[in-house]
Amino acid sequence: MSANGAIAIEVQNLTKRFGERTVVDNFSMKVPAGQIYGFLGPNGSGKTTTIRMICGLLTPDAGSGIVLGHDIARDSELIKRQVGYMTQKFSLYEDLSIEENLDFVARMYGVHDRRRRVDEALEGLGLQSRRKQLSGTLSGGWKQRLALAACLIHDPKLLLLDEPTAGVDPSARRDFWDHIHQLAHAGITVLVSTHYMDEAERCHAIAYIAYGKLLAHGTLREVIDQAALSTWEVDGERVMEVAAALRAMPAVEMVAPFGNTLHVSGTDAGKLAAAVKSVRSGGITVRQVDPTLEDVFIHMMRGLDSAARPVAPERD
Amino acid sequence: MFSAHRLAAVLLKEFVQMRRDRLTFAMMLGIPLLQLVLFGYAINMDPKNLPAAVVIADPGVFTRSLVRSLENTGYFTVVAQPATVEEADRMLARGEVQFVLQVPEDFSRRLQRGDGAMVLVEADATDPAATSNALAALNQIAATGLDHDLTGPLAGRKAGPAPFEVRVHRRYNPEGVTQYNIVPGLMGVVLTMTMVMMTSIAMTRERERGTMENLLATPVRPLEVMLGKIVPYIVVGYVQVFVILLAARFLFDVPMLGSIALLSAVLILYIAALLAIGFTFSTLARNQMQAMQMTMFFFLPSILLSGFMFPFRGMPQWAQDLGQVLPLTHFLRIVRGIMLKGGSYADIADSVWPLALILVAVSAVALKRYQRTLD
Repeated sequence: MSANGAIAIEVQNLTKRFGERTVVDNFSMKVPAGQIYGFLGPNGSGKTTTIRMICGLLTPDAGSGIVLGHDIARDSELIKRQVGYMTQKFSLYEDLSIEENLDFVARMYGVHDRRRRVDEALEGLGLQSRRKQLSGTLSGGWKQRLALAACLIHDPKLLLLDEPTAGVDPSARRDFWDHIHQLAHAGITVLVSTHYMDEAERCHAIAYIAYGKLLAHGTLREVIDQAALSTWEVDGERVMEVAAALRAMPAVEMVAPFGNTLHVSGTDAGKLAAAVKSVRSGGITVRQVDPTLEDVFIHMMRGLDSAARPVAPERD
Repeated sequence: MFSAHRLAAVLLKEFVQMRRDRLTFAMMLGIPLLQLVLFGYAINMDPKNLPAAVVIADPGVFTRSLVRSLENTGYFTVVAQPATVEEADRMLARGEVQFVLQVPEDFSRRLQRGDGAMVLVEADATDPAATSNALAALNQIAATGLDHDLTGPLAGRKAGPAPFEVRVHRRYNPEGVTQYNIVPGLMGVVLTMTMVMMTSIAMTRERERGTMENLLATPVRPLEVMLGKIVPYIVVGYVQVFVILLAARFLFDVPMLGSIALLSAVLILYIAALLAIGFTFSTLARNQMQAMQMTMFFFLPSILLSGFMFPFRGMPQWAQDLGQVLPLTHFLRIVRGIMLKGGSYADIADSVWPLALILVAVSAVALKRYQRTLD
């Protein structure tokens, strides 16, 4: 957490339309400096579009924003100098070597003492010996690490990471998140979008958006508590048969299988408890558990689903 | 085993994809039609009304008849009557006229006496094809052009050998060697093809490979990107020119009468104009395929309407106006002017400024079209 309470990103009523489709709808958010802020939401919810508006790659149709003290509409030039943006798809040059890519990016930002910085970045990656290797020949995990190194080379104050760990193995993901935490500790603000719940749990605060709207934000605990969801775990043999029975009950809003157990959730705690207990039998045990973030998100999605809304295709 | 089902699946998929790519589809159907009409009406292998200057030292009745019958052939239009031969030659060097007719002061006297009367026609033979029909028509004039005026005692001269001689000087290319015209022209054609093509994929490649997003996220400015992508190809362009000049000299024996320094200096304008056009295409095309199609769409009129393949002056006015927009048209005049005519800057200046204008206009469009966002 930032000691002085400075705000790194503050956007108000951001709206972006592509043709008829509103991809980001009246979106407001505040990210304190030095925080790791998780950006969650289903595919096509407007996460990438929002990030692109923050770093000046897209022009908002409405709304305003201040990023690192600069207006996103007027001063995107100044913002770009202080922001490191890691795109969802690998966007460095596959036909340049690792070193050439880093050098190119360093030159773009006019980095002082460029050679040393590139060497340090290579060292940090542990890729000194492979510096001449073409980037296109790297595996997904290495590409991701190279991309992160490239967007850190100009010492940005804000990192925008768009699904940085998609398709990366768990060990590399863990290393990645350790690195992110070190950066945040050093004072860098990080806005990171992800689909992984375990990654959301590693953020200082999260925002959940769906269909361009902000549904919930705060710390993990706050978001879970705000949902006022109660969840029961149903354990035993043949739980799938029980699942069908539970789904038919009005108090049960959601039944999700987790291996051999079911997570059964609803907002009316009393009626849900009664409903769950009614299926208890010899082979079936039930107990109340804390709802997970995933329970909460799926609950929020269902809530939206019942309201009319357009189906938004994913946009690159 | 050959499966009709699988064939049908592939066929169907191809048609669906073809239909989805609207621009490609339009280009496949619309552009051939457009080109058919455009080139069908524009191209003319038998250019008429070619501009000629006459220098008249003998303003007699025979001369007037001669000029009239010259115009009556349809091949010549007298556009100037300079006072001196030097002035007429300058017009020829600048390409303002294709022919200069000189009527010596003793023309009428000798004609009447039957004493070897002759007129001199100088033809700009840099493009032999453009002048050959007109020159052929001259013989007819010598034989019958003055019949109307051969009256009284001269009436008998209508029969028999021609009453006067037309002496033709094929200037700049006396032997009518096609290579003299084609090889310098090819320099322009090769540059048009490669320069436009290379830059037309410049931005589309960034977009297709996804590297555009990273590029746009940096503080880089459009002019920096444009110049950075254009300058390497200027170097490539000069290498091509160097090779072509060597080949022109040692393989084809094409003369180099003018200054290589002047040619090199003007080349930068031509190459930069072509690269700017390619860059503009790359800001318009959505993928590399479209960029290539745009390049082809630009290339065809460049070779057909510029005067490279067919005589420029043979085309109708609207096609000539269209040709003026193409850099190759002006470059051909410059390169022929310098290499074959030994022209100085003053001789080619009228073709240099249009190139500069094209460069500035196209660059402005390119920079305006260059999107700094992904919107």
